[in-house]
Amino acid sequence: MLELVNQPWHLTLIDAVRQPWHWAVSGAAIALITFLMTWLGRSFGMSTTFRNTCTLLGADKVSEFFNVDIKDEMWRMLFALGAIVGGFIASQYLASPGPVAISEKTIAHLQEWGIAYPQGQGFVPESVFNFSSMKGVLLAVLGGFLVGFGARYGDGCTSGHAISGLSHLQLPSLITVIGFFIGGLLMTWVIMPFLFG
Amino acid sequence: MRNIWFFLTGIFFGIVMTKSEAISWFRIHEMFRFESFHMYGIIGTAVVLGALIIGAMKRFDIRTIEGTPVTYTPMKLSIKRHLLAGSIFGLGWALIGACPGPMYVLLGHGYWIFLVVIAGAILGTFTYGLVKDWLPH
Repeated sequence: MLELVNQPWHLTLIDAVRQPWHWAVSGAAIALITFLMTWLGRSFGMSTTFRNTCTLLGADKVSEFFNVDIKDEMWRMLFALGAIVGGFIASQYLASPGPVAISEKTIAHLQEWGIAYPQGQGFVPESVFNFSSMKGVLLAVLGGFLVGFGARYGDGCTSGHAISGLSHLQLPSLITVIGFFIGGLLMTWVIMPFLFG
Repeated sequence: MRNIWFFLTGIFFGIVMTKSEAISWFRIHEMFRFESFHMYGIIGTAVVLGALIIGAMKRFDIRTIEGTPVTYTPMKLSIKRHLLAGSIFGLGWALIGACPGPMYVLLGHGYWIFLVVIAGAILGTFTYGLVKDWLPH
């Protein structure tokens, strides 16, 4: 862990940040983002960026659903752009010393599926999702499609419902989150064994 | 120049999603298999603290920087719609191991396959726009 060594304080701080964060620290940091977004007069929501991109690509000519004034959505697009930059910064300067430490049970189960662990930082199973695998690319499109379709149909994703909506004690958001788990459990326990087992 | 704040908050979000490991496909898979408390701890803490913060802002009339009170436009309650929509989303979330926010963060990490995932998400959104009038709402 951290040792007292002769180095400038800011390097000690960066070393601390580089460690994987405890779930309570992570949750508190997300609550801070909820506060910042609320204080800035907006509510946290990522999936609407997909709708905006449809509008930018000319989808408003096909369906009135995409009649969006992009100027009003600049803040959200900048937030998403920031998320990409934040991911880049984290990968370059704040990478953890080891891969994601998932439970032994999960590791053993993934071995049965032939999914090796760890792979890189442990963020993406690259043996499944890569450009030289037709199956991987198709599953990537399918996964994205379901997320995009479901988020718009439910008018929000994890950030909009599970974080913002639940923080505002909204019943529709709670039901949506229950739906996230119905779908997620169905995929994990029933469909994925056919795809990978 | 409020927009710069959204950009900076986005950067912070990218770092938080990385260090919390919420962008990890492995963490999402482990969560849906109930083999770790990690993701439940993150979401639980975020929601409890978030609710306390939002509640306090409403209770003590802490205004936004625009000077407006903190409000939320409630959605019309439709159990069928929300369960169905949530389930479709959940199927994709568990498969690809990332919801919309982490998709952008992973792109920043250089996982280019997420260009394909995001393209799929945009296609799914577009499809919804075309067929929405035939779906129960």
